[in-house]
Amino acid sequence: MPESSGTGRQATLKVYRGTKDKGEFQSYKVPVEAGMVVLDAIHYIQQNFDPELAVRWNCKAAKCGSCSAEVNGMPSLMCKSRMDQFKDDEDICVQPLKTFPIIKDLVTDVSWNYEVNKKITPFSPAPDADWTIYQEDIERVQEFRKCIECFLCQNVCHVLRDHERKDNFMGPRFMVRVAGLEMHPLDEANRLKYLKDEGHIGYCNITKCCTEVCPEDIHITDNAIIPLKERVVDEFYDPLGKFIRNLLGGGKKTKASVQPVSITPSK
Amino acid sequence: MTQSQLTDLPENKLPTSNDVPAYEGTTERKDNWWVEPALIAFVFTAFGIYSMFRAFENNLYEVGPYLSPFYSPNLKQYVPWFPLSPAFLILWIPLSFRATCYYYRKAYYRSYFLHPPACTVGMFKGKGYTGEQSFPFVLQNLHRYAFYFAVPVLLILWVDAFNTVYYGGAFHMSVLTVVMFANCILLSGYTFGCHACRHLVGGKEDCFSCPKNEQKLKPAFQAWQLVTKFNERHQQWAWTSLISVALTDLYIRYTCVDPSLAFQIF
Amino acid sequence: MTEYETREHDVLVIGAGGAGLRAAIEASGQGVSVGLVCKSLLGKAHTVMAEGGVAAALANVDPKDGWETHFKDTMNGGKMLNHWRMAQLHAQEAPDRVKELERWGAVFDRTKDGKILQRAFGGHTWKRLCHVGDRTGLEMIRTLQDRGVHQGIEVYMECTITELVKDGDKIAGAFGYYREDGRYILFKAKAIVLATGGTGKAYTITSNSWEYTGDGHGLAYDAGAELIDMEFIQFHPTGMVWPPGVRGILVTEGVRGEGGILRNSLGERFMFKYLPEATRNDYAADEAEAVTWVNAALAGNRTEARRPPELSTRDNVARAIYTEVKEGRGSPHGGVFLDISYQDSDRVKKKLPSMYHQFKDLADVDITAGPMEVGPTMHYTMGGIRVEAETQMSRVPGLFAAGECSGGMHGANRLGGNSLSDLVVFGKRAGAAAADYAKAMPTSLKIDDKFVNAAIAEMEEFFLRKEGKNPYDVHKELNKIMGTYVGIFREESELAIGVAKLEELKAEIKKAGAKGSKAFNPGWHMCRDLRNMMICSEAIARSALSRKESRGAHSRLDFPNTEKEWGTKNSACSKDENGNMKLEHTPLPEMPQDLKEIFVKKEPVNA
Repeated sequence: MPESSGTGRQATLKVYRGTKDKGEFQSYKVPVEAGMVVLDAIHYIQQNFDPELAVRWNCKAAKCGSCSAEVNGMPSLMCKSRMDQFKDDEDICVQPLKTFPIIKDLVTDVSWNYEVNKKITPFSPAPDADWTIYQEDIERVQEFRKCIECFLCQNVCHVLRDHERKDNFMGPRFMVRVAGLEMHPLDEANRLKYLKDEGHIGYCNITKCCTEVCPEDIHITDNAIIPLKERVVDEFYDPLGKFIRNLLGGGKKTKASVQPVSITPSK
Repeated sequence: MTQSQLTDLPENKLPTSNDVPAYEGTTERKDNWWVEPALIAFVFTAFGIYSMFRAFENNLYEVGPYLSPFYSPNLKQYVPWFPLSPAFLILWIPLSFRATCYYYRKAYYRSYFLHPPACTVGMFKGKGYTGEQSFPFVLQNLHRYAFYFAVPVLLILWVDAFNTVYYGGAFHMSVLTVVMFANCILLSGYTFGCHACRHLVGGKEDCFSCPKNEQKLKPAFQAWQLVTKFNERHQQWAWTSLISVALTDLYIRYTCVDPSLAFQIF
Repeated sequence: MTEYETREHDVLVIGAGGAGLRAAIEASGQGVSVGLVCKSLLGKAHTVMAEGGVAAALANVDPKDGWETHFKDTMNGGKMLNHWRMAQLHAQEAPDRVKELERWGAVFDRTKDGKILQRAFGGHTWKRLCHVGDRTGLEMIRTLQDRGVHQGIEVYMECTITELVKDGDKIAGAFGYYREDGRYILFKAKAIVLATGGTGKAYTITSNSWEYTGDGHGLAYDAGAELIDMEFIQFHPTGMVWPPGVRGILVTEGVRGEGGILRNSLGERFMFKYLPEATRNDYAADEAEAVTWVNAALAGNRTEARRPPELSTRDNVARAIYTEVKEGRGSPHGGVFLDISYQDSDRVKKKLPSMYHQFKDLADVDITAGPMEVGPTMHYTMGGIRVEAETQMSRVPGLFAAGECSGGMHGANRLGGNSLSDLVVFGKRAGAAAADYAKAMPTSLKIDDKFVNAAIAEMEEFFLRKEGKNPYDVHKELNKIMGTYVGIFREESELAIGVAKLEELKAEIKKAGAKGSKAFNPGWHMCRDLRNMMICSEAIARSALSRKESRGAHSRLDFPNTEKEWGTKNSACSKDENGNMKLEHTPLPEMPQDLKEIFVKKEPVNA
């Protein structure tokens, strides 16, 4: 590494080392370079002090969402956490996500999320769909598809984090995914019952932490969750509105319910 | 509650959050995360006390053409038998609109219910949590009905404001009139940036321009875009309109005591 | 005896980027049992880093486009060293593969009349790249991932394959370990599709992630396949150069496609100087013409003006930047300036959102207000496993390869956007062919225990090297050799030193050791990855030394010209009976006459 880029500063990192059952914070001193991020510091530790230090990462450019961790208590991507945001004498505390079981050091087992994803009815266009789509109709969906699956929103959500409702609550990431499907101009499936009775969108009390931590600046709460909640209201909590809609015949089109594709259970 | 089909994982295979030893306290955050919820709780409480005081006061709400937003529309003449202050006939509407508002829900779930007070601050744990899925919070789903009621009340406030411009057969203008109009503008920005409104005017549609819709939904698209503009700043509209309502009422209260305070311009 | 888990599939796909996922979807769609192994979590593969778009001659924006022009551009870009049949299949099938992605839920940017929007890119005659802002790769991988999970594909996440196992000369399975806990796993499979990407980690400054250690190249080489065209390493002209932590991270070619201008420290728009004679007429003659082209592109209009010189092919732009810097006209941090800030800032944020955030967050540079500093970064391995064009099968029966780890498609230089289309076109072909192959094989194959034991022993040995070298130090050493002696510009004496030094480093690799437990131990993983990187590095260096000409991405200072007789030869590396690398020059397949005629015809305008 070029000498000239050094800042002469040393940072102290307190990194969690251990498993789900046993572990402790270990301190490391790392020289700080211009533009350095926490992931660089972790790599420095790995290369110079401890090749065993477990960390998940891929692109180092905030595009893959692998290096999720909690830096000084805030869920963030390590590749986006600049070292110059910390004071000189400040200990930088790096620990794994709380909501998913630690495998080792900074690596957690996020496989639950993949299990949830399997149960969401996939994109279901009509066989005879007209694929002329205008930009204004997909901009909303494109925002949701920016998601890099870093699972920081799942991690910060208190329903999953503190209340452990992994039995019944899909979490923000999958509400974003469902929003991307439900609002797709050509999708014909109806996932509203799923949202209410399986994903339990009602558990969300819109306290917006998911939006706060999203590294892709997706307005998870305002643009995905709340519009979905309103669609669930249309279907299940607004008898008057439904009555009037039925009376008028037109209004909101009733989507044909498409049967979810069968999934081979994992062994 | 029945086990949902969220995943195929058996109960004992569900992951659990990490407890020890990295997470001993409620949070590892080092910043002053408690400031924001505390401040919000303080302002809400202050507003609540003030509005209750004003509602019970049953006095000093109308002078000349000026009518306090807490008492508008004044229904006293229609229900003379009503024993309490006429403010109660009307206050439940804005109150329920704000209580079920998606922004205020966030604010008070954090500040009063501490669910959670701030991100990654876990005050309460436990598996029984069902959020807005069951009673009483399931009632939050009626937000759109509160919106339906709030719109006419807002229109009446606009009428009130215009009434202060033209009365006694001539045009007038005062500082208080300007304040009342400003209040109406802020309240409109808040009301028409409502998430339920955003959904109803167009957000519920999946495709505005699809060939099969033959341009029918163009107006819905434009309305949805407009409401979205307001909605992006819903929090700011919520706060400024809350404060402007209280200040407008306070101003009218003092004007009732001393009408010269309206600062007539012409 | 160390225990291991055994799984059986008809088709095993190794690598879950665009090509791997597409192959797995295709194979499972044919009704065979499919396992998909990925080194990372599903959906994190390097495909997410692809930004600019996927090239397909849909002719939505420029109606004159067609597969012939795409084919011609690809061959010209590859300096005619491409396997003509692969280039042809690619150009013909890419449009269908893109439309298929849309049917599966990908949401591409649209034209005014509601079709898939296409943008200009280096070396493409027409606006051809279907895109989603600057995150096309993410869109593609998410679409394929969501399609795949509903097809009953069994996914083995965070699992690394260390050995391919054969029964006689046929592929019979693969052996590997779970990264999570170091537990071993044996896959029995009738057919294996390699889709492991390239070998960027052989270089220090690279846009590639840690996964890019040339696993597929190494595994196939060890199993008896040939590696061709390995000397052709694409240096992407625009990587970030500052700050040091992000050095090498990609700046999408989309910036230039949207009108980005390259200037040196004197403010000169230097690319006009570096256009090769052969293609000079395809590009604007002066700034005025380039401005006309950009203005028309911004307005969505057609124009007779030719495209700006910044849209020359990647090899050419990379050499130009390298030369400017070397001759003292570089930016403060050793790059050149790439400027898009003259355009409306909201438009830039909309068309290049992740570039905007990448520079804002990581370098404190607002690309809507000032220029970026960029320089070449190792980006893509054109060379790879030699495969049969129609089926993507290597010379090892049952071993298929698709995407970056296969060779031949891109020749001496890949055009931007041809990679994503390569993934889906040949991913599908490999998946289909592998399924057919597996179905045609009635009996299950036998795996001899001795292979498994040897594979286990190899992984266990790293822990036995008690005073072992830090594998990261060895890796750094490898990077240094490759960067110093086998970089953008090459010459005989340096390449010879490079080959010799690599030979010495082989001994060091044998000393690299791991400490601690097998649970998620990156040091241990690195010990094994070094072997694959070494195979690739050696193949790159030896092939580069042998090719005595400059062609595409291979630039020899001592042989600056492109030589006709070299245009008919591929360098092919394989393992000889003593375990050493054997280098041969094999004849390029001859293009049929009707395709040759495409190159004779004159394009109407704007060519």
